[in-house]
Amino acid sequence: MSEHITEIIIFTFLFLLVSVMGFIAARWRAPRDMMHLDEWGLGGRSFGGWITWFLIGGDLYTAYTFVAVPALMFGAGAAGFFAVPYTVIIYPMFFLILIRLWSVSHRHGFVTPADFVRTRFASPTLALLVAITGIMATMPYIALQLVGIEAVLKTMGVTGESALARHAPIIIAFAILAAYTYQSGLRAPALIAFVKDTLIYLVILVAVIYLPYKLGGWGHIFDAADKKFAGTPAPGDGTLLNANNQLQYITLAVGSALALFLYPHSVTGVLASRNRNVIKRNMSALPAYSFLLGLLALLGYAAIASGVKPLPGAKAGSVDSNTVVPLLFDLQFPSWFAGVAFAAIGIGALVPAAIMSIAAANLFTRNIYKEYIRKDATDAQQASVSKIASLVVKLGAVLFIIFLDPQFSIDLQLIGGVIILQTAPSVALGLYTRWLHRGGLIAGWVAGMSLGLWMLYNIPNAATKRAHFGGSAFPLQKFGFDTPKTIYVGFVAVLVNLLVAVIVTFILRATKTSDGVDGTTPDDYFADEGDPRLDKSRTSTDEMASST
Amino acid sequence: MAEPAESAQPAQAVSAAKRSDRSPWNWLLLIPIVLPLVTSIYNRESPRLWGFPAFYWLQLLFILVGVITTTVVYQMTRKRSGGTRG
Repeated sequence: MSEHITEIIIFTFLFLLVSVMGFIAARWRAPRDMMHLDEWGLGGRSFGGWITWFLIGGDLYTAYTFVAVPALMFGAGAAGFFAVPYTVIIYPMFFLILIRLWSVSHRHGFVTPADFVRTRFASPTLALLVAITGIMATMPYIALQLVGIEAVLKTMGVTGESALARHAPIIIAFAILAAYTYQSGLRAPALIAFVKDTLIYLVILVAVIYLPYKLGGWGHIFDAADKKFAGTPAPGDGTLLNANNQLQYITLAVGSALALFLYPHSVTGVLASRNRNVIKRNMSALPAYSFLLGLLALLGYAAIASGVKPLPGAKAGSVDSNTVVPLLFDLQFPSWFAGVAFAAIGIGALVPAAIMSIAAANLFTRNIYKEYIRKDATDAQQASVSKIASLVVKLGAVLFIIFLDPQFSIDLQLIGGVIILQTAPSVALGLYTRWLHRGGLIAGWVAGMSLGLWMLYNIPNAATKRAHFGGSAFPLQKFGFDTPKTIYVGFVAVLVNLLVAVIVTFILRATKTSDGVDGTTPDDYFADEGDPRLDKSRTSTDEMASST
Repeated sequence: MAEPAESAQPAQAVSAAKRSDRSPWNWLLLIPIVLPLVTSIYNRESPRLWGFPAFYWLQLLFILVGVITTTVVYQMTRKRSGGTRG
């Protein structure tokens, strides 16, 4: 631990700096009344281009992404590079689809995607399913941010014998995070994102120039990776895709892109922006982060070239591949700069963790508490409930990491991506058409969820000797096809979901089952800043009319 | 990018000029969505660029394609609606 003392000091200093910023954030662009979900949970829906760029960038490109993607490249090669096509595909989709969610939410004051579903399909049940799916998918994602911090702490030698001692730094970090998120809401991560992203850009730019210089150039780095993969017995790895994982590669890219914009925390980031143009302009500016992620992914190969050996994992005999990038920095950078790099990853975990906990808390407040527990909750009560829920969510994430094998969080996050995709027909398609019947959407959700979970359960992983939940690449053989090809589970599950939704819709239409009244008008999907909001009293009479 | 079931009621069309985000320019956005899905374009070793195999630099290049298309679509659809709203 003593040889890492410079790193630890710099890490701690930067960490404390952003903590102070987190508390000050409550006064940044201060509203008259913080006790409203629009303020606490969406930063007043007022963020302009720059803040949105930092906020969404800091939100989507998480600390876990920054350690896990290079780790995947380190272990499997080209297959890990799916992160690049994934983050290319996502922005045109945001541009066309999510912009409508912004407009309709602006007009109706929606805070969560489930709010939209409730009004659009006049179905509190469907909204509840969307909300629960969102919360379930987000929780392990928050826990994974802790895995990101832990990889850094481990590399700096900050470990302990007992589970509690080992996790003490994380508990402290999350307690501080919880306190300032409670106080400042979305303004805290928005302000901290400036520091986080500046540090990340600095570190990556230095890394991609300095490391090849030290390791003999990019050509040599790729050759070293090639040599390593050629020497392993695993047939699936290599610096290029092979015949069997190409389908997996593209379906994973499409599926992940769809999943990412359905995640409640992405929606929160988008709804916090001021108008449609802010979002549209950001779709051209956010790919800067994709470029960063692509370069960062390649650091997995740089780690191969510099001979990094990952630290041992929680179980005897296993390795924690997430330590690959921190170890590379530790090995190649002077210790002060390694400290900056570690702080970048550590702070990088805080921004998404804060936004995710706010998003999950909003889902609970709007679509469970207000819908089922206290229908007449005032704006101030909703804000208090959300603040407390955000604490509970973070506590849950910490408990996950302390008491369960981190592998469990990784499995859950894998499942999270698959299950959040099952809200695509109601949320994403719902922004374009109301043709699907609410009953059909519910049936589709059930079908997609069941199939997705069944498929994930049946994926073995030879490398880790696990019989279940071994990854997201499903062998098509198990469906009876005579082929070694694999496909992304979420992609299959959402197609089945959609198919069932269509079939059940036909049946319900044929039997003339009522599908409620659409609470939105076509023009709502194009509303912009300055357009009148529907006032609360009118919305609530509508709601009463449809629920009685 | 079709928009089924979204035809506005004629009664409301008189008030406040019917809005839409339809535009032929939107089709451009298909390029960055489809391009990364055709693995046969980029799943190759050569030619290398600054030591990067084609697989890597081509996909990084697709990011730029995405930036260009979203920028073009944004600018074109903004002009079309004439400044008052965009």
